[in-house]
Order: sequence, then structure tokens, then C-alpha cells
Amino acid sequence: MFADAFLNTEILWEAWPILLDGLGRTVLLSLMVVPLGLLGGLALALLSLTQRRTLRWFVAAWVDVFRALPPLVLLVVVYAGLPFAGLEVSAWQAVAIGFFLNTGAYYGEILRAGIASVPKGQMEAARSLGLSRPHALAFVVLPQAVRNVLPDLVSNTLEVVKLTSLAAVVALPELLFQARQAQSVTYNATPIVAAAVIYFLLLWPFVRMLSRLENRQLAARR
Amino acid sequence: MSFADSFLNLRVAVEHGPKIIEGMGVTVVLAACVIATGLAAGLGLAVLRAMGVRLLNWLIVFVVDLFRAVPPLVVIVLLYFGLPAAGMALDGFVAAWLALSLVLMAFAEEIFWAGITTLPKGQWEASRALGLRFVPTFFLVVLPQAVRIVIPPLVNRTIAITKGTALASVVAVPEILGAAQAGVSFSFNPTPLTLAALAYLALFLPVVVVGRWVERRWHVR
Repeated sequence: MFADAFLNTEILWEAWPILLDGLGRTVLLSLMVVPLGLLGGLALALLSLTQRRTLRWFVAAWVDVFRALPPLVLLVVVYAGLPFAGLEVSAWQAVAIGFFLNTGAYYGEILRAGIASVPKGQMEAARSLGLSRPHALAFVVLPQAVRNVLPDLVSNTLEVVKLTSLAAVVALPELLFQARQAQSVTYNATPIVAAAVIYFLLLWPFVRMLSRLENRQLAARR
Repeated sequence: MSFADSFLNLRVAVEHGPKIIEGMGVTVVLAACVIATGLAAGLGLAVLRAMGVRLLNWLIVFVVDLFRAVPPLVVIVLLYFGLPAAGMALDGFVAAWLALSLVLMAFAEEIFWAGITTLPKGQWEASRALGLRFVPTFFLVVLPQAVRIVIPPLVNRTIAITKGTALASVVAVPEILGAAQAGVSFSFNPTPLTLAALAYLALFLPVVVVGRWVERRWHVR
């Protein structure tokens, strides 16, 4: 029976506490990796403003390399590779490092484009009004930069939250991992269906918001 | 044991290199399949949506939202580990192909649709005034321009989803990452992982650079 295998209320009732536990960890993971990635991205974007050509070149290469490597590959290399270098990393640490490298590069590219989209005159005007360069960046350029790339920032954040499901591969008991556990114990697909529904309900509002933001941006560009 | 001995061990590289290269073939084939079916399905949905049947459009928007909100790995796991419960066992490759195609379909539909809706109304009106019916107007006037507008976001999104082929390693597909992980457990040496990272860079670094170039070129209008 279809309903028995995929929407079994009895099994859902049984698996519910584990799923909730996993959901809590997914939220916690997101709260860890999003700020981490934003911080790394901001650092990369600011570094790319430097006058030194070698440093700028290095930052560009860094961003491209970590955008080219699939996040799961980074995660596995960190988790399974570092112990061979004598560095034992926990699943949480591996996720933190892998995501910092991957999402930092993405946020960095977005913020760099945002800063580039702010007219030069803004910085010059702020400087001529007596603001120091860091102040002008923080209070004049960055706020406009963020506004210009807001849809991309929201979209990337949504992708990062979805990517936390990769942590299941390194046995971090977040939502997908717990659902898999429950599925293999009960030999019933209901827990995985439930996990998919939970992800959907959690992220749907953001998807809707994003659609609206993107459409507004496209309309403004015409 | 030195760093090079463990992370770039020549003996291990020679032994497991061929498997990684085979894995590259699998990754490329999987990526090509996903791009073909995902983009075609996305374009198909966008065309259907342009017909303006309200009930159908609600359904399309729901499906698109669904696959934009649920992580691709969850879809793959659901198809691979879940469907056998319904008596339908999918091969890992097919499960990954189907799942990533659905995800790309959703994103592509959204992007194509944005292109269609932002095209100035005058294009429709002018074609109709010239005596073209709805269908030729849509396919000969609107769609070609809409597709041109959305090429940069489409290229970038396609690249991002294509990198998801690495997720297929979770369902035992011997693509690059899967082959590398098998190599690590056979040799108890991380060299296959280093080779895998290099293989991905060889495949995707040019793609990322091209993606950036496309974005710059199309942006200036």
C-alpha cells in the first residue's frame, strides 16, 4: 500500500521525537555556518579591494577554486583526509571548516560584486566629507552594496541552509541523518517523507520571498 | 611518514588514478544527462505556464517551490532508499539523475518564466498587430528574447546544480567522489581524495571561469 509505506501515521508518531531532535540540530548548524560564511565572505570581499595585485590575484584564485569544488567533496576531504595529517576533526568541526571554505567563497563573490556596483563617487564623497576609509566603507559603501545584491544574498543563504543536509554524510545527526536512521530501523519511507515535508515547510516562506525579490530586481533592470 | 607520502603517494596514485578517471567519465555523463533533462523540463514547464491555465499554474508554482525548498540530497535519498518500499528499486545513477533533474527543472522554470514576464508588453502587441497568432508570437518572438535575457542566471544555476553530481556518491554511484572514497578505504591513504579534488578542479574550474565571463559579457547591454 502506498500510504502504508510513505505516509504511515503510526511510524510517523514513533519517529517524531528523533526527527524533532534532528531538526533542532539542522537549525543549530544553520546558525553556525551562515554567520561563519558571511564573515569569511566579507573578509574576502574586503581583501579583493586591495591595491596589491598579487593579493587580489590570490583572493580571486581562492574564490574560484572553492566555488569549483563541490561542497560535499570539501566536506569529505576535510573529514576523511585531515586525520591522515594527524588532525582528528569531529563531524561538527569538519562541517564548519568545509562550509567556511565553500560558502565563504560564494558570499565573497556576491559581496565583491555588490561593492563593485556602488558608484565610485560614493566613496569619494564620503572621504571628502571627512570619513576615514574604513568608516566610509562600513557606513556608506557596504549598506548600498548589500542592498544591491540582497536577492543573491538571500538565495545563497537558502542554499547554505539546504546544504546542511550534507552533514548527514559525516554522521552528524541532523534532520536527514535522523530520518535515514528512523527509516532503516522501521524499514519504512515515512520518516524521509516527513523530513522532506519539514524542510519544505521550513524553507517555503523564504523561497516565496526570494521569488518576489528576484522578480522585482529583474523588473527594475528593464 | 611525510606529508607528500600520505597525500600525494605515487604508488597509491598509480593504483587508484584509473578509477578516478573512470569516475570523471561517470560524472560527465551524469552531468550531461541532468543538464539535458533538467533544462528541457524547466523550459517545458515555463511554456505550459505561459498558456495561463490557472489551476495548472498553481500546480506548476507548487512543484517549482517544492524542489527549490527541499535539499537535493533529501530528494536523492528519498528516491533511492524510499521508493523500494513501494516496490520500485531505482539504480543509484537513475535516482541521482532524476532528483537533480527535478531540482534543475524547478530553478530553470523560475528563471525562464522571469525572462518571459519581464519582456516588454509591446513585443506581444507588435506581433499580434502584425497578424501573428498566440503560438507563433510566443515561440518566434517572445521565447527567443526571453531566453537571451536569462542566460547568465541560467548558466550559473546550471553550474551549481551540476556540482551536485558529487551527491550521487551517497547512493553508491562510482563517480569521482565515490571512486575516491572506495580508493581511500582500500589503500588506507588519502591520495585518492587529493586526486578527486584535482579532478573536480580540472572539470569545474574552467566552467566557473566561463560562468563569470558570461555574466560580465551579458550584463553590459
